[in-house]
Amino acid sequence: MSLHSKVPPGELAEKWTNYRSSMPLVAPNNKRRLEVIVVGTGLAGASAAASLGELGYQVKCFTFHDSPRRAHSIAAQGGINAAKNYQNDGDSVYRLFYDTIKGGDYRSREANVHRLAEVSTDIIDQCVAQGVPFAREYGGLLANRSFGGVQVSRTFYARGQTGQQLLIGAYQALSRQINSGAVSMYNRHEMLDLVVVDGKARGIIARNLLTGKLERFAAHCVVLATGGYGNVYYLSTNAMCCNVTSAWRAVKRGAYMANPCFTQIHPTCIPVSGDYQSKLTLMSESLRNDGRVWVPKEKEDVDAIRNGNTRPEDLPEEKRDYYLERRYPAFGNLVPRDVASRAAKQACDEGKGVNQSGLAVFLDFADAIERYGRSEAKSQGLENPNNSDITKLGEGVVEAKYGNLFEMYEKITGDNPYKTPMMIYPAVHYTMGGLWVDYNLESNLPGLFVLGEANYSDHGANRLGASALMQGLADGYFVVPYTIGTFLSDEIRNPAISTDQRAFEEAEQATRDRLNKLISVKGNQTVEAFHRRLGLIMWEYCGMSRNADGLRKGQKMIQELREEYWNDVLVPGNADEFNPELEKAVRVADFMEMGEMMMEDALNRDESCGGHFREEYQTPEGEALRRDDEFTYVAAWEWVENADSVLHKEELTFENVELKTRSYK
Amino acid sequence: MQLTLKIWRQAPGNGQGKFENYNVVANEHMSFLEMLDVLNQDLIESGKDPVAFEHDCREGICGTCSMVINGRPHGPLQGTTVCQLHMRFFKDGDTITIEPWRAASFPIVKDLVVDRSSFDRIIQVGGYISVNTGQAPDGNAIPVERGEASKSMDAAACIGCGACVAACPNASAMLFVSAKVSHLALLPQGEVEDDKRVTAMVNQMDKEGFGNCSNVGACEAECPKEISIANIARLNRQYLRASLSGE
Ligand SMILES: Cc1cc2nc3c(=O)[nH]c(=O)nc-3n(C[C@H](O)[C@H](O)[C@H](O)COP(=O)(O)OP(=O)(O)OC[C@H]3O[C@@H](n4cnc5c(N)ncnc54)[C@H](O)[C@@H]3O)c2cc1C
Ligand code: SF4
Ligand code: FES
Repeated sequence: MSLHSKVPPGELAEKWTNYRSSMPLVAPNNKRRLEVIVVGTGLAGASAAASLGELGYQVKCFTFHDSPRRAHSIAAQGGINAAKNYQNDGDSVYRLFYDTIKGGDYRSREANVHRLAEVSTDIIDQCVAQGVPFAREYGGLLANRSFGGVQVSRTFYARGQTGQQLLIGAYQALSRQINSGAVSMYNRHEMLDLVVVDGKARGIIARNLLTGKLERFAAHCVVLATGGYGNVYYLSTNAMCCNVTSAWRAVKRGAYMANPCFTQIHPTCIPVSGDYQSKLTLMSESLRNDGRVWVPKEKEDVDAIRNGNTRPEDLPEEKRDYYLERRYPAFGNLVPRDVASRAAKQACDEGKGVNQSGLAVFLDFADAIERYGRSEAKSQGLENPNNSDITKLGEGVVEAKYGNLFEMYEKITGDNPYKTPMMIYPAVHYTMGGLWVDYNLESNLPGLFVLGEANYSDHGANRLGASALMQGLADGYFVVPYTIGTFLSDEIRNPAISTDQRAFEEAEQATRDRLNKLISVKGNQTVEAFHRRLGLIMWEYCGMSRNADGLRKGQKMIQELREEYWNDVLVPGNADEFNPELEKAVRVADFMEMGEMMMEDALNRDESCGGHFREEYQTPEGEALRRDDEFTYVAAWEWVENADSVLHKEELTFENVELKTRSYK
Repeated sequence: MQLTLKIWRQAPGNGQGKFENYNVVANEHMSFLEMLDVLNQDLIESGKDPVAFEHDCREGICGTCSMVINGRPHGPLQGTTVCQLHMRFFKDGDTITIEPWRAASFPIVKDLVVDRSSFDRIIQVGGYISVNTGQAPDGNAIPVERGEASKSMDAAACIGCGACVAACPNASAMLFVSAKVSHLALLPQGEVEDDKRVTAMVNQMDKEGFGNCSNVGACEAECPKEISIANIARLNRQYLRASLSGE
């Protein structure tokens, strides 16, 4: 099957406007008769469900959480990008587009990314109107900060809780539609299968998590906004319940998975402290605005710090290697995530890691505290302030900017980052890969739309900071409410879809069999134990750097693990009751298959780009070596039962930007 | 460290439950929930029913985790959710009592898991600004004074966990409701619907069976986001004004 991106014709900057004014519409009286299922209530799902409800569609919305407000989007800290150019620093829609394409290492679709940049400004307006309490300047106008990989200040934020505030805004809009009856909300319902009738996505099978009962839901089309699959690595910054099941079930029903190997490893996370660890905590990228990354130059200083004989804050300046500033003078500590993560790994591989396990580098705020302290002293008119005054004032400024992050760090580690540098290490954070979608955000399976982190669309091989929130809300508020009409305008003659059909029956039975099979193994090892092992395999062979031998080995190990899983997993309880262990068991089974597909994709992509670093393809200086002649395509994988997955290529054409080697030097 | 856990166990659909004792070996770097993970792995491996508890982000922001530890919602540490609590705050040999939120409006699902959908229903009747997608003016069209914006943000920090209800001897939801009312009322965009919002939300709160507020202040003391009780005073003023104006 060939892949049609359905990118509309015309000039890049006019495509979306022209397309919007010419696309088929659904009249209000018809909207009332059309049903849409939205799975997920994160930024993408909640904004879509609310907006579709406002337009008059009948929406059924699902989340496995106990409330739509708990979606993983809530955890985003740093901010959301928009090309408002409120700071008058030369930002524009084009620049945001360009930064995103370049940041993604030229592996995303120009037209989608440009549209994202265009609607970014509407998102901020919408959120302000909803009451999102963004940070303000003294004059009452919106404040901005800058994020990694760019040279302008275009990130809007609400303290360190931007995701929470944006999600609460979308949740409130959704609540309003629930109240009006436009949206029926199903909490604690987990989608376990997609139902395809005559080649179109027409419904889902969901498990009522309170009762364990399997329920059928039908609609004219299905929207998945179910987030990313970073937890395939077990340890990640994602919330514990994030999973790939809904996307993976769609794959098993014929949807293609695009670029699954593109994973983002975030450079600034709290390092692993022990093997009981359940998740990793992100320290927002915004910290790199003020924090300086370093390791000691000499091995003896590394050892002294590791065994506690030297305090890092006492190590003299000339004995420190600020390796990002040294290697990338133009961007310094603000290089994109993939570059920063790899550099940290290299420093640690050279033996410079600063904690017991040798897997940590410093993020130091001492200079920022002094700089801010001096300028604050000046603005308060203090004559000859002494050092402790300066430190105090500086700490005040840093606290106002990052207070809750510093507090979080101290709660977890017991160290005070105002006084001693933070220790950080890269961790799995985000998945650029996801279900393949066209310009309408519709997958190759007609009637299946995919939004937010669950699709692969806008970030190429690497996502820039503060762009996931932007994409989730763009998809949900400003793209799918229009593009869904391209499908639904052909459905107005179709009455409500019935769940009394073979396809529903078959999907329900298949799901029941799968659950019963998991329960009936009654082996010796817990789901958690298997998940941890899967995570280690993924991290070792498909993590920050990859090579062909490792990937082959990893694939084989996963196959063996899968085999073992279905013969030795121990899931307590029954399928027809509240059973959190069974929920996990289903997810881990799907993660294993997904992990294998990620390795397959990584093996196929004989180049290094963005978050995908293949050791065989690097420059003499150890930078990523892209191979545009052969790999300027999206790899969309079709699952085939009991056989190798089939690769479909969507060639990417760049008409507006020139492919360059990314340089942040 | 060796610990004895006294945990509330209650089967689904059963109005009755009881405490059971468990021994667990933990270390001080673990989070409280990781300690419970260890317990659950042991239980599962020995063929027993693991303790059901809710959690997701494990970063103190999603509001999912919810348990009363030694009589205090979210445990002993000020301004901290259970998931952010680390074992270094406990000692070898401690006995720790763990219970679910207890409030009629939060029925127990199983063990430590409760149903907090009453909170969603309170928001649904009016905890929002009525604006459709695409109707918004430019973000900078309405300047918001920095101090007011910051106060609004303080109230908006509520994570909807329900600890305030669990802490309150009357099981009142006033801190939660007042946090939402204040978040929106402190912004010019939200002010327009003030009266309607406060009336609808308070009525729904009563309908859900939450108790009355008698100014005990336990909610503020236990709130992991340190939401101020001053919000309750603001709510009361608004509610009074709305009743006088006939909303
Ligand atoms: C710690 C952290 C910090 C971040 N900070 C930033 C930042 O500062 N800026 C930025 O731009 N991005 C940030 N990101 C990334 C960003 O938060 C996410 O990519 C984004 O929020 C994903 O939104 P989403 O709507 O696609 O999915 P999610 O928010 O993950 O929502 C998924 C939804 O789907 C539901 N769901 C999933 N599967 C099923 C199923 N089978 N059945 C029923 N329901 C299901 C879930 O219940 C949930 O409601 C951060 C990510 C992390 C981990
Ligand atoms: S007010 Fe505090 S305790 Fe109550 S729900 Fe909100 S965050 Fe939780
Ligand atoms: S698990 Fe999210 S707040 Fe505790």
